[in-house]
Amino acid sequence: MGFGRDSAIALAVLLVFILLEFTGLRSAGLVDFAIRFATFGLLALSLNLLIGSAGLVSFGHAAYFGMGAYSFGLLMQTGAWSVPAAILAAVAMTALLALVIGALCVRLSEIYFAFLTLAFQMLLHSLILSWIGLTGGDQGLMGGIPKPPFLGVDLARQDHLAAFSLFCLVASAVALRQILRSPFGAALRMLRDNPDRAAFLGLSVFRYRLAAFVIAGSFAGLAGVLMSLYVSGAFPSFAFWTTSGEAIFMIMLGGVSVFLGPLVGTAIFLMLNDWITAVTEHHGLFLGIILLIIVLGLRKGLLDFAVEHWRARRGNQP
Amino acid sequence: MELTELGECVSSLSCVVTQLAAGLTIGMLLFLVASGLTLIFGVLGLVNFAHGSLYMMGAYFALAAYGPTGSFALAVLAGTLGAALLGLFFERFLLSRIYGQDVLMQLLVCYAIILILDDVVKIIWGADFRNMGVPPAFLHPPFIIGGGVVPYFYAILFGITALIAVALSYGMSRTRFGRIVRAAAVNPGMVGALGINTTVVYAAVFAIGAGLAGAAGALSAPIRSVVPGAGVSILIESFIVTVIGGMGSIGGALAASLILGLTRSFGSIGFPLFVEGAMFVIMALVLILRPSGLGGRRG
Repeated sequence: MGFGRDSAIALAVLLVFILLEFTGLRSAGLVDFAIRFATFGLLALSLNLLIGSAGLVSFGHAAYFGMGAYSFGLLMQTGAWSVPAAILAAVAMTALLALVIGALCVRLSEIYFAFLTLAFQMLLHSLILSWIGLTGGDQGLMGGIPKPPFLGVDLARQDHLAAFSLFCLVASAVALRQILRSPFGAALRMLRDNPDRAAFLGLSVFRYRLAAFVIAGSFAGLAGVLMSLYVSGAFPSFAFWTTSGEAIFMIMLGGVSVFLGPLVGTAIFLMLNDWITAVTEHHGLFLGIILLIIVLGLRKGLLDFAVEHWRARRGNQP
Repeated sequence: MELTELGECVSSLSCVVTQLAAGLTIGMLLFLVASGLTLIFGVLGLVNFAHGSLYMMGAYFALAAYGPTGSFALAVLAGTLGAALLGLFFERFLLSRIYGQDVLMQLLVCYAIILILDDVVKIIWGADFRNMGVPPAFLHPPFIIGGGVVPYFYAILFGITALIAVALSYGMSRTRFGRIVRAAAVNPGMVGALGINTTVVYAAVFAIGAGLAGAAGALSAPIRSVVPGAGVSILIESFIVTVIGGMGSIGGALAASLILGLTRSFGSIGFPLFVEGAMFVIMALVLILRPSGLGGRRG
């Protein structure tokens, strides 16, 4: 059970994919999908630490996604950094940003929290747009990102990047699951369900929530790094509110109560998105209608729905 | 930073008058949007993340009415009523289903509405910038007060928005409907028990809030470009207003809107690249020093 089992499952999943990729079934479409799945899956998974476990509905999670992407891109463009060092530095810078914004936001009530995180994200977005000398403004970070090989991994190759992205996703998923299983995770759930009781028991609501906010922001930063590797650049849209909206959409599609729900949601969202883009240019119209049907009709994510159905049939808690 | 220029401006009467006129007008337009947002939150307990889209729709409805008729009054009326009806539709068919549910649900429904409206606008009016231009009836020479320039149309806008603000404040504090609305904000169960149909009150409040946003969109159509997605920036500013003024407080929203309007107009001289940042700094200060806002009841 626990960490060992998670790691074993994770390793098996990774091996299956790498076998798929490097042997017969290799196709450009699959590789491309794998990278996007890992990137957005990690974003959704990190956001669900806030929404699902801590009960903090953040509408500004893409700020950390954008921060990770821009920090990594800018560090690599200096030419003085290796990929792993730049990843660590970018995640650390994102964590710092999350610490500052989180310190202002996590004290607030639910509704204030949702729109203040959104507001700070839009501040970052407008900073990116107006600081043209550093970020390239609305053109984005141009000129490509150098990706010097390290430890035999050459991220300039799509198949290497796909394997690396999936490795990051799987490792992060195992780490996040460990965090949720720990006493810290239990405290977060308690804060979600009954913050007053937790406060009476002597837990610092502020510190726990802030820690969750910084952890979630850091993993979102890592997702941003993967995104900037994928597109070999960084664009203001990474930090735009629609990206946050999409992440919430993915979580909602899959379900908030099951750990892997956001990943299922990501896969569905990406396929849905590709399909809609191929069929129509009125992308928002279709996504919006589908979202309304799910939210108002189902009122929960697909996995939430499936799990509840399954529990009701079994008539007990697993 | 061009702080010396700001210093020069503040020390000359003409520059102060010019910037004051612009800042107050921007502030009053912002107040219309933000007061709708805060009214809806105060009574319905719902943060309307799609409020900016109603503003945008108001501007487009106004454009549509202005084209064939050439009447700015009709355009503003169309923007206000169109947005109010649209808001009524959303409240009745979408948002009323999720009252009392968690913020995530509100957010997702509003997100869906934003996505749909942005695309509907693109389908009907195209994705390009549109501009109404100042209607010829208002092309008069500007007022010169103390050497400062106050554009004629700005003065008209300020007058209209001030009238709406007075009507709103009178309606909320003096009329029977206003008393019912304020009571419903505090204790909807009791209001219902007294035989008042709270469903109708909720729908009316949402329509009024949406109408205010639509009016602001229509009024600012001549001076701002109208474009799909225009709602988000005004939404963020309205959020900042409600945080500074306090959620649910209309007086606070008025003060905060004027502060932000003046920050914009004077900031564009003193720190043009940091205007947005300055608004956030003010908001952060209010959050730290007075988390419930200038006129707020709850935090």
